[in-house]
Amino acid sequence: MAAASTSGSGRDIGGSGGGSAAGEMEVEAYRRLFPLPFYERHLLDSVRPDARPLHRARDTSVVLGPVASADGSALVKIGDTTMLAAIKLEVMTPSADAPDEGSLAIEFHMPPICSPIVRPGRPAEVAPVISKQLSDVIVSSQMINLKELSLISGKAAWMAYLDIYCLNADGSLFDAALLSAIAAFSHLQIPLVSLSDDGKVVAVSGDLLEDESTPELVNKERKLLLHSIPFSLTCILHKKYILADPTAEEESIMETSITVVLDSSEQLVSIYKPGGPVLAQTSTVKDCIVLTKHRMKELQNILEESLSAMEVV
Amino acid sequence: MGAMTVDRADGRSANQLRPLACSRNILHRAHGSARWSQGDTIVLAAVYGPKAGTKKGENPEKASIEVIWKPKTGQIGKLEKEYEMILKRTLQSICLMTIHPNTTTSIIVQVFGDDGALLPCAINASCAALVDAGIPLRHLAVAICCGLTEGGSVILDPTKAEEQKIQAFAYLAFPNSPLSVLPSVPSAEDDGPIENGIITSVTHGVMPVVDYFNCLERGRAACAKISEFHRRSLESQVPGDLTKAT
Repeated sequence: MAAASTSGSGRDIGGSGGGSAAGEMEVEAYRRLFPLPFYERHLLDSVRPDARPLHRARDTSVVLGPVASADGSALVKIGDTTMLAAIKLEVMTPSADAPDEGSLAIEFHMPPICSPIVRPGRPAEVAPVISKQLSDVIVSSQMINLKELSLISGKAAWMAYLDIYCLNADGSLFDAALLSAIAAFSHLQIPLVSLSDDGKVVAVSGDLLEDESTPELVNKERKLLLHSIPFSLTCILHKKYILADPTAEEESIMETSITVVLDSSEQLVSIYKPGGPVLAQTSTVKDCIVLTKHRMKELQNILEESLSAMEVV
Repeated sequence: MGAMTVDRADGRSANQLRPLACSRNILHRAHGSARWSQGDTIVLAAVYGPKAGTKKGENPEKASIEVIWKPKTGQIGKLEKEYEMILKRTLQSICLMTIHPNTTTSIIVQVFGDDGALLPCAINASCAALVDAGIPLRHLAVAICCGLTEGGSVILDPTKAEEQKIQAFAYLAFPNSPLSVLPSVPSAEDDGPIENGIITSVTHGVMPVVDYFNCLERGRAACAKISEFHRRSLESQVPGDLTKAT
């Protein structure tokens, strides 16, 4: 089983005349017919068709609180990829083996609006995978201490339903989804509750604080304390190049992607490389980790700016 | 990381794998099949293909691979979908996709026993089944699970009980080491031998970056042993009935 590697997919599709066929051809036509040679010509100059250098991510923006009816929400755009995350809290009885912990339910949806390949009868294959990846990362990074979601030990605790909707799928879906989940949690305001006479926990609006509050209630609208926050960066590997933050077109042409998730203490939460034609060497993995560290600082700044903008308003 | 000896429940040392067993050509109607077991984790993989036609949405100029994961108990949920996707992309990287365009090869993975390291066991079983079916491959994918204990030491091939206790673990797949007839020429690219590249890496749990690279080192060394075992088991069995395809 000697190692014999053939080059990427574009060469066979375009035929050997990829470069020389019809010497004058429109750029858009060339991009559609021979996508891989088109990209490789750009990579030789260390740039991408949208004029980004190889290691730069797209412009990212975070808006907190777009959904007024949810307890916490955020809208994140990385380039054209748009994610809307919303959290609703509900009181429920905690399970017997964890009586003083609340719980989280994380769900990722890709409605047909996000991409032409998703139709109502044909759900996207990546949606359950990203959903599971998100819950794994959020739970294992221990960003949220479930004990903070507890109300009355053994009787009442918060169940947080986090729903993330992809509104536009243009590559790096996991990165945008994770950022929107974190932004929604930092925006989350836990509502006031009080114990009614028949032992039920009911919500209380901020003005009616004359009634007796028993000590186990939240004293003021509280924010969750987020511990080590995870940030991620997806990179695409192609021959010797590493492209950070790919668009959907880049992901479909060069199929090897590696997602690195680091938390704020620079520990590795996850390295996710699900196969792909290019083999990652140790040096490549190290470079991706360095790129993720840079990206983490950018994202921390963006998140802090949007949080302080919220507080001013 | 130091000479700490780790106490494992079944008495293995940190670097010791569970007993491996591989048998091929078990199912007679499938074009290829293999059963791979690592201790109590047992997976049966069956390969049907290449069959004519590709699914809608797949590129017809290349062959395509379809993976169906059947758990031992319970309904198919997100975990099974994730494993299907990881297995599909891992196998796509080892198969030669341009030889039979517009065909589909289906791999059905049935879990018989899950005692830790389930995904690596499935990857190994699928590769053995692909070889049994005669699908042309670039190289094999050899997979292993490396666990990281709190002390920072790496244990190989943890059982399910160990996986739940340890801080973090990683499923890693590497290409197998090639055995070439010609004397090897030093490669001009200076990438290192091919078996150092990572095909697949899936981690669970938080770990320091340094420990991840330790896991990679240990994983590579162990995969060299597994790849030896693979080669011996493929050579020793007489090729099955050659008339059974199509």
